Amino acid sequence: MSNLTLILSVFLLANLLVALLRVARGPTPADRLLAALLFGTTGVAILLLLSFATGSAALLDAALVFALLAAISGAAFAQRAWREEPGEATHDD
Amino acid sequence: MTTDGISTLLLLVGAVFFFAGTVGLLRFPDVYTRLHALAKADNLGLGFIVLGLLLQTSSPATALKLILIWLLALAASATVGFLIARRARQNGIVPWQSGDRP
Repeated sequence: MSNLTLILSVFLLANLLVALLRVARGPTPADRLLAALLFGTTGVAILLLLSFATGSAALLDAALVFALLAAISGAAFAQRAWREEPGEATHDD
Repeated sequence: MTTDGISTLLLLVGAVFFFAGTVGLLRFPDVYTRLHALAKADNLGLGFIVLGLLLQTSSPATALKLILIWLLALAASATVGFLIARRARQNGIVPWQSGDRP
């Protein structure tokens, strides 16, 4: 059973790496932030799986902090950081 | 079916939903559709993984913490999805339509 959780956490980590492509391609700042939000949910899932695979309960608290930080960073980005002039590309090439 | 079998099945289903979310993030054409992929598919995947792990734990404190993490992630993605979509609209990003260049 702990083998399965380890394999799944590696699979989710590969998902995160592929999602970095979206950070590189953009094109708007929001697209880059979406990948950060993906790190919020997928990173939490990886931490949960690792916590059960290794039996260390502290990783559960780390996952809780991850979920909090994803919410705060997204809200701060939308409310404070993203102000831009219109007319730039909004679709992929 | 044993508890272990059900737990394995739930974990695998969760991984499939995470995969779907990543594919959506890469393939969808604009920020609104990508939000749609992330906010729904990924939180469903997290929910399935939490359910699968709930079957493996015996301590009530751990189980409560798992459920708390999932509820927090749900509230966070609902809030952030709304905020980002509203800001994108205010910044003049026009939603993609089926006739547009992908």
